[in-house]
Amino acid sequence: MSDANGTLVRVEKVSKTFKRGAEEIHVLDGLDLSLQKGEFLALMGPSGSGKSTLLNIIGGLDSPTAGAVSVDGERIDRLSGRKLAAWRARHIGLVFQFYNLLPVLSAERNVELPLLLTRLSGGQRKKHVATALAVVGLSHREKHYPRELSGGEQQRVGIARGIVTDPTLLLCDEPTGDLDRKSGDEVLDLLGALNREHGKTIIMVTHDPHAAARASRKLYLDKGRLSQEPIA
Amino acid sequence: MKFARLVWANLKRKKVRTLLTLASIFVAFVLYGYLAAIRTALSAGVDVAGADRLVVRHKVSIIQLLPASYEADIEKVEGVADATYSTWFGGIYQEPRNFFPQMVVNPEEYLAMYPEFVLPKEQKDEWLRTRTGAVVGRTTANRFGWKAGDKIPIQATFWSHGGGNKIWEFDLVGIYDGAKDGVDTTQFLFRFDYFDEARDNVRGWVGWYIVKVEDPAHADAVARAIDETFANSPAETKAETEGAFVRAFAEQIGNIGAIMQAILSAVFFTILLVAGNTMAQSVRERTGELAVLKAVGFTDGQVLSLVLAEALGIAALGGFAGLALSYFLISLGDPTGGNLPLFFFPTRDVIVGAAIVVFLGFATGFFPALQAGRLRIADALRRLA
Repeated sequence: MSDANGTLVRVEKVSKTFKRGAEEIHVLDGLDLSLQKGEFLALMGPSGSGKSTLLNIIGGLDSPTAGAVSVDGERIDRLSGRKLAAWRARHIGLVFQFYNLLPVLSAERNVELPLLLTRLSGGQRKKHVATALAVVGLSHREKHYPRELSGGEQQRVGIARGIVTDPTLLLCDEPTGDLDRKSGDEVLDLLGALNREHGKTIIMVTHDPHAAARASRKLYLDKGRLSQEPIA
Repeated sequence: MKFARLVWANLKRKKVRTLLTLASIFVAFVLYGYLAAIRTALSAGVDVAGADRLVVRHKVSIIQLLPASYEADIEKVEGVADATYSTWFGGIYQEPRNFFPQMVVNPEEYLAMYPEFVLPKEQKDEWLRTRTGAVVGRTTANRFGWKAGDKIPIQATFWSHGGGNKIWEFDLVGIYDGAKDGVDTTQFLFRFDYFDEARDNVRGWVGWYIVKVEDPAHADAVARAIDETFANSPAETKAETEGAFVRAFAEQIGNIGAIMQAILSAVFFTILLVAGNTMAQSVRERTGELAVLKAVGFTDGQVLSLVLAEALGIAALGGFAGLALSYFLISLGDPTGGNLPLFFFPTRDVIVGAAIVVFLGFATGFFPALQAGRLRIADALRRLA
């Protein structure tokens, strides 16, 4: 549930520092961000600017060095590892640049993975998987293994895995970064449809202005800070 | 159960590597089964030895004979309930590889001394009536297809009769069974009176005595008293419990238990390294996949359990298949053609084997599983990018 202003994600004064030997690298520096429910945010910036780090922190895959992160009214930076895992399973869908499908599982089994953590029966899981694969247009490829699918198809399976639990937030890290233009467009069409037709709130990290143009809002990240415009 | 498919899919990931690991575990457990059966075969007499029985032999060696007259003297020793004698014949049936033990005994006394040898009454009576009569254990009878009424020729390696004739012919009058598992049913027993009268030399001497004591708690004291009775005689004795005697006999080729344990320790240590390395390599190779599992909501404990389940799966598939095959092959009988008459896979060793399988699974999977459980998602995903 979003708060009274419809804010789903609230990032307040978040910093992230990595240590490399004696050196401290400040990736995020007191960063603030709000995201409304139903928004499609494109997060842009040069390599090493901290886009993926911010995405990981919002998705509960990493913790901030300082600051607060609330998603759907819940302070996730305060959750223990176990509770955070359960929270991710319930609220977060993830789409990766390199799909990250398990090569030993068929498309339907890959999509089913997040559902294994629910109390759904085998039959119910099968229905959810079929729906998710239908949404991404891959019902006919459910028995195929990742090696038997094209890059675009693998990414669509990845999106089906990301949406199968009907998560609060869909986080996409360079979802078209490994695809040709045609396949990339198909994936972007799909993400757009999920946002418009299914009301999914999406944060997409991308280098590609063409991809970012599909989003309802764009933000630029550089030197640990966010801005509305590219930083010169 | 819903995670089993995931574990199974991972086991099939590198089929050749998994099969080779399974094969090494499988062979190790087949070997374990056989070594357990061999150890049991070589020391089985110890387990079934009567606690109330002593064996009295020549002080120098078991192959030195003792006077038959000692029986009466032994029976006079305080604490002795009964005594009888036995002599090793050491003959050959048809060809040397057809080995089975042949003993020269007093039928009535011997059967009374060994109630675990079960012989039907009519066969016992027939044996007492027939001077050339012999009885044989069920295992040897089955091995050669013998039945009561057969004539059994045995060629002696030492004992001759009738002025150098080494072929002795016996009338088989009975077949005995064991009253419990582990009783030696390979022996061929024939009468001392016939043997002693017919043999060409050393008449009136026997191989050793078997003594039943009134109270097993005083067995050592009775043994000492028997030895003292014959001290400073031309044929001094060494009396000991039957268990100690059989153990010493079995250990003539070394401490079998220690040898088996050393071999198995080396085998299992090697398997631990092989299977452990396989698991560690497998986890290293799919760091990214494990990170993805965690990213979609699997907890550290669930990822740890999945890896541990894989290790247990490999150990269980290879180990239990190995135990099952060795159990089956061992149940077919003594592979040496008679040198290991009590050849079986004891239940205790099957259970220990199953426990080793489980231990092996945990031991090989523990550290890789711990590593997988502690994996930091963001770090692992960053390495993938």
